[in-house]
Amino acid sequence: MLIRELQRLGNLLEPWREFDSINREAFRTLSPGRVEFPPVNLWKNENKAVITTEIPGVDPEGVEINVVGNTITLRFERKPEELKEGESYTRKERWYGEFSRTIELPFNVQGDKVEAKFSRGILYIEMPRAEAEKPRKITVQAE
Amino acid sequence: MAETVKDISRKNRKIYAPVVDIFETANNILIVADMPGVDEKSVDITLEKNLLTIHGMIDSTTHDNLELAFSEYGIGDYQRAFSLSDEIDRSNIKATVKDGVLKLILPKSERIKTRKIEVIKES
Repeated sequence: MLIRELQRLGNLLEPWREFDSINREAFRTLSPGRVEFPPVNLWKNENKAVITTEIPGVDPEGVEINVVGNTITLRFERKPEELKEGESYTRKERWYGEFSRTIELPFNVQGDKVEAKFSRGILYIEMPRAEAEKPRKITVQAE
Repeated sequence: MAETVKDISRKNRKIYAPVVDIFETANNILIVADMPGVDEKSVDITLEKNLLTIHGMIDSTTHDNLELAFSEYGIGDYQRAFSLSDEIDRSNIKATVKDGVLKLILPKSERIKTRKIEVIKES
């Protein structure tokens, strides 16, 4: 009797399968291991490069960012919820663990001027381009 | 269902189903959803009959004077729906959001809560 009751509880929530307006194939975060994780978007102009990545629920204090030349390495960890005895997962889709990723940038950047922000689960890193590499405008002088 | 102006303007936006963990404690069912970019002002939770719907809206961030060099993830709103059984106490559902993670606490109704029965020493 008790066992039946527990099994029934496990079915309290079932994703509503007929919900067709959801773009099902495009689950928001790909699970680690399938592609390079975490996925990043990279923006640039001639003066700087910006990287964004989605790491919701990660403690920003524990995020390590290393910039060398034209590469940036991110390291972070997300810990799973610690369940007490008798508690159990009905569904576990979110990623957990320690991750590290190195990304190649389109140019060398000034490592000491990198700025990182973490807001609403999104990590935003702005990296100014190394001065020596910035394109220069050469004025043509009239003879 | 009648469409509002907001629905129409958002029609062509991508909608993603956020990944979720669901777990059960003695008194509650918890739904934890990854919704990066969402805060307490941009998430709607509705309960209509048995259907609990989570809807998160994202500001389409444009970066001034920057061009996208490469993109490995897409940006869009979030939506996912769950059907609840009668064993959830609908009047006491609570939700919090922190660092792009939505946490929903769905209390079990009194009649199905796990009860601990104290064993008393026979005298």
